[in-house]
Amino acid sequence: MFGLVVVPTPTWYLVLSAVLFSIGAVGVLVRRNPLVMFMCIELMLNAVNLTFVTVGRAMSDINGQAIVFFVMVVAAAEVVVGLGIIVSIMRRRSGVNVDDLTELKG
Amino acid sequence: MMLAANMFVGPAIDWFKISPLLVMLGGVLLLILAGSLTPQWKQGTYGVVGALTAAGSAVCTAMLWRDLGEGNPSSLLANALSFSKFSLFATFSVAVATLLAILVTSGFLVREGEDGPEVFALILSAAIGGMVMVQANDLIVMFLGLETLSLAFYLLTASSRWRSASGEAGLKYFVLGGFASAFFLYGVALVFGATGSTNVEKIAASLSKDTVLGGSSAMLLAGIALLLVGFGFKVSLVPFHTWTADVYQGAPTPVTALMGSVGKTAAFVALIRVFTVALSSRSDDWRPVVVMLAVLTLVIGSVLAVVQTDVKRMLAYSSISHAGFILVGLVAAGHSASADAGLGTSGALSYLFIYSILVVGTLGIVSVVAGKGDNETSLSAFKGLGKSNPVLAMGMTVLLLAQAGVPLTSGFVAKFGIIRAAVSTESYALAVVAMLAAVIAAFLYLRIMVSMWLSEGAASRDVAATFSVKASIALCVGATLALGFFPSLLLQFTNQL
Repeated sequence: MFGLVVVPTPTWYLVLSAVLFSIGAVGVLVRRNPLVMFMCIELMLNAVNLTFVTVGRAMSDINGQAIVFFVMVVAAAEVVVGLGIIVSIMRRRSGVNVDDLTELKG
Repeated sequence: MMLAANMFVGPAIDWFKISPLLVMLGGVLLLILAGSLTPQWKQGTYGVVGALTAAGSAVCTAMLWRDLGEGNPSSLLANALSFSKFSLFATFSVAVATLLAILVTSGFLVREGEDGPEVFALILSAAIGGMVMVQANDLIVMFLGLETLSLAFYLLTASSRWRSASGEAGLKYFVLGGFASAFFLYGVALVFGATGSTNVEKIAASLSKDTVLGGSSAMLLAGIALLLVGFGFKVSLVPFHTWTADVYQGAPTPVTALMGSVGKTAAFVALIRVFTVALSSRSDDWRPVVVMLAVLTLVIGSVLAVVQTDVKRMLAYSSISHAGFILVGLVAAGHSASADAGLGTSGALSYLFIYSILVVGTLGIVSVVAGKGDNETSLSAFKGLGKSNPVLAMGMTVLLLAQAGVPLTSGFVAKFGIIRAAVSTESYALAVVAMLAAVIAAFLYLRIMVSMWLSEGAASRDVAATFSVKASIALCVGATLALGFFPSLLLQFTNQL
C-alpha cells in the first residue's frame, strides 16, 4: 500500500528471541508465584528454540531444527518434575508464594 | 520409501566402551521395575543393589583405561561422547562418589524408616547424567546430561517429605536450576550460531581459523558469557552462588553429599572441557573474567563460611570456596601460551576426585550426628562429640583437616597441585589469594573441631550409625589418609591427563 516491502531477515528473529528470552528472565526475577516463574523459564527455553531454528535455517543446517526436539523433550520432563515439587509443597500449605518460603536463611 | 529407509545409516556402537553408562542404566531399570512390581524388599537390599551398580560401573571404567591410545577411537557414538583419559578419569570419579554416597543414603533411609527403590534409582540417574556430562563431546549432549543430573537432583532435594525445609529447598533449587539451564542453552545456541557447530572439536577447529561463520564475534562473546553464567550457577561460583546454602541445608544430608561430589565434579569437568578445548583459542577473552570469578568465589565463600552457625551451611560455603580453588586450576589450564597449562587440568581433576571423597565423608558424619529426623545440624549439635563418640569425632577431624589442606592428608595434595599450576603459569597474585582464602577457611574447620573436642555438650545424644554409613565414612577417611601419605597412588593417573 505504501510501496514498502519488508523482508524479515534472520537478524529479526534473533532479536525477537533475545527479547523473548529477556522477558522470561525478568519474569523469573520479579514474579512471586512459582507456577508463573516456571512458565517464564519455559518462555526462555522456547526463545532459545527460536534462535536454534533461525541459525539452522540461515546456515541451511538441519541440526539446528533437530536440536529443538531435544530441548522440547527436556522442557516436558522439567514440567513433570517441577509440578511434582510444587504439588508436594501445596499439600502442606494453602497457596504458594515464594516469599512465604523462608525457613531456610542465614 | 524403501530408498529413504535405506539411506539412513546409524552410527557404529561400541557397546563395551559405553558400559559404565549401561551398567548404571541397568541398575536404574532394575530398581524401578523390580522395585515397583515386587513387595517391599528386606531392609537395606535396595541400597546393596544401588551400591553394586555403582561399583560395577567403576570397575568397567577402570577396565576401559587400557583400551585408550593408538588404534582406538577418540570418540564414541558418532562423535557424541569423547573417549579419552580425561573423560574416563572423570567418569571413574563420578562412579566412586556415587558408590560412597549410596552407602550413606542406604543407612540414612533405614534410620528414617523410608527405605525404598526410588531414591536409589534417582541417585543412579543423576550419576548417568553426570557421566554423560563429563564424557560429552557435543554441547547438546552435555545439555542433556546436565538436565538428567539436575532433574534427579531437584527430586532428591525435595524427597524428605516429612521435613518442610526439604520441599522449600527443592523448589528453590528447581527454579534457579531451570533458570541457569536456560542461560546455558542460550549460550549453546549463540555459539552454534557463531561457529556453525555444537561439537566441541568442530567449534575449536572453526575458531582456530580466525574467521567467525554466520554471525559476528559479538554473538560468540555473548555465547561464551552465557555459557559461563550457566556453568557458574551449576558449580556455584560467586555471584551465582545464592542458592547453594539454602539447598545444601534443606536437602536430606546424603543428597547434599551427592550434590557436593557428583554434581560439582560433573559440572566442573564439563566447564573445563568446554573452555579449554572448544574455546581455547579465545582464552584471552574469557581468562580475565574467570580470574575475577575465582577471586570473588575464594574470598566471599571463605568469609561467609566463617559466620554461619549451621554445619551444613558452613560446608555449603566451604564448597563454594573449594570451587574457587578449582577455578584457579581452570585459569592455569587456559594459559595456552604456557607449556605448563596441562598442570591446571590435572590439578583440577585431582582436586575434584579428592574433594568428592572428603565431602561425602564429612556429610556422612553430619548425617549421623543429625540424628533421626535429620534436623540436628547446628554447630551446637557437635558439642561434646569427642567424649560421647571419639571414633566419629576423630574421623570428622581427619576429614576437616584435609579440607583445610593440612599436609599428610589428601587435601594438601589437592591444594598443592592447584597452587603449583597457578605458579607455573605465572598467576602469582591468584595463587596468593587462593592461599589466603585457605587460611580463612581453616578457621571454619577449627571452629567445628573446637566444638567437638573442647566444648561440653549433650553427650547422651544417640548418634548410632548403621553398618553401611560406617563403611562409607571409613572408606573416605582411609582414602584421605592413604592419598595424603602416598599421593602417587592418584597422581600417576592424573599426571597423564
